[in-house]
Amino acid sequence: MSETMNQSMLRARGLCKQYGRDASLVRAVDGVDVDVPAGETLAVMGPSGCGKSTLLHLLGGLDRPSAGEIWLDGQRIDQLSERRMATLRRDAVGFVFQAFHLMDELTAVENIELPALLAGRSPRAARRRASELLDQVGLSGRARHLPSQLSGGQRQRVGIARALANAPRVVLADEPTGNLDSEATLDVLRLFERLHEAGQTLVIVTHDARIAATADRLISMRDGAFVDDTRLTGGTAGNLGALVGLDG
Amino acid sequence: MQQEVVLALLAKEPSHGYELRARLRDALGPLGDAMNDGQIYVTLARLEKAGQVAVERAAGIPDRPDRKMYALTAAGQRRVAEWLAEVKWPKPDLAEFHLKLLAAAAARLADPVAIVDAQRRELLRRLRDAQRAAMAEPRESEAALLLEGIVLRLQADLRWLEACERTWTKQKANPRGDR
Repeated sequence: MSETMNQSMLRARGLCKQYGRDASLVRAVDGVDVDVPAGETLAVMGPSGCGKSTLLHLLGGLDRPSAGEIWLDGQRIDQLSERRMATLRRDAVGFVFQAFHLMDELTAVENIELPALLAGRSPRAARRRASELLDQVGLSGRARHLPSQLSGGQRQRVGIARALANAPRVVLADEPTGNLDSEATLDVLRLFERLHEAGQTLVIVTHDARIAATADRLISMRDGAFVDDTRLTGGTAGNLGALVGLDG
Repeated sequence: MQQEVVLALLAKEPSHGYELRARLRDALGPLGDAMNDGQIYVTLARLEKAGQVAVERAAGIPDRPDRKMYALTAAGQRRVAEWLAEVKWPKPDLAEFHLKLLAAAAARLADPVAIVDAQRRELLRRLRDAQRAAMAEPRESEAALLLEGIVLRLQADLRWLEACERTWTKQKANPRGDR
C-alpha cells in the first residue's frame, strides 16, 4: 500500500457500474476517480440520473462496482466478502437518506441506538451514546417520539444522529434535504457544518445548490462521469448588501 | 438610503434617528453592515426640506442631530401610502449574459460552456456567502427572511445556468453547419 492511499479517507480508481447489456447497456458510473481527504466535505452535484446516487452506494459498500477499486481509510473494500462488507457498512460508514429510512415502530432514541446495539455495544452504552447524539441534533425533548410524530426536518436530524451512532469514518448522504423545507434545510446545513468542524469526513450527493455551496469541494457529474471539480474556498469579499440592492 | 424606506420607518410613530437605524439593522442583519450611519440623517434632512418630515427638538438639550425627534407630515404620509401601493420589481439582466454566450460562440472567441462555468462558480460563491449568513442568524431573526430571498434567487439563476450549460454542451457536440 502506498503513502498516498493513506492520505485519503475515501479513494476510488476507475470506478464503473453498468446495468443491462448490449443495446440496453447503461453506464451509471463510467470511470470515476475520486479522493476524499479526511475531514473534507465533498458535494457531488448533477441532474437526476447522472449516476451520483449509484456512486454513493458504491463508495459505501451498498452496491458492488462492475470494475474499479475502492479504499476506505487505506483498506481495499470492493472485494470484501458479503459478511465483512456488512460489518464495514455498520461500523465505518454512516448513511443519510432522502427518505430518512427510520424504523416506524421504534422511537427516535431507539432508532439512533440500533446501529450501536447491532455492533455489540451494551444497551446502556448504546442508550448513552444515542442520548448524546439526540442532544447534538437538538432533539433531546423528542427521544420517545415515533418518527410519525416528528416533522420531516426532525426525522432527518434523527437520521443523521443514527448515522453517527458508531462514530463512522465517513458519512455518506444521499439528497439529505430533498424532502425538506427551507428552515429544515438550514437546520441540516448547520448540523453538517458542526460535523465538519469536528473533523468528520462527509460526502453528500445532491441537486441542492445550497448544500453544494457550503461544501469544501464541489464535483459536477454528468452521464456517469465527473465534468468539473471546484474548490469553493473564499467568498465574494462579504458584500452581501449588493445582492439585494443595498449598496450605498 | 431610499427616501421611501426612511419615511415608512416613521409611519408607526415619531422616532429619533438612532431608533430608525436600530430598526434597519434588525431588519437587514448582516446585510446592513455596509450601511453608513450618516446616510439616514442625510436622507432625513432632505425629507425635512421637502416638507415630508417634521422635526421636534427636545427642550433643554443641546441641538444635536441624534436628539431630534422626526415625524411624518401629511405629505410624508401620502408618499408612504403611494409607495406601499406601488407594484415594481427589479429586472434581472439575463439578456446580456445570453447575448454574450451567443457572441462568444458565433465569433469563436471563447467557449460558451467555459463562460457558463465561470459564472456558475461566481454564483456559488455568492450562494455560499448568503447561506453562511443565513446559518448564522438566530431563528426569530427578521433578516433571515431576506437572506432566504437571496438564496432562492441565486438557486433560480443557477438552474438557468444549468440549462445554458446543457444547451451549449449539445451545440458543441453537434454544431449547426450553416454558420
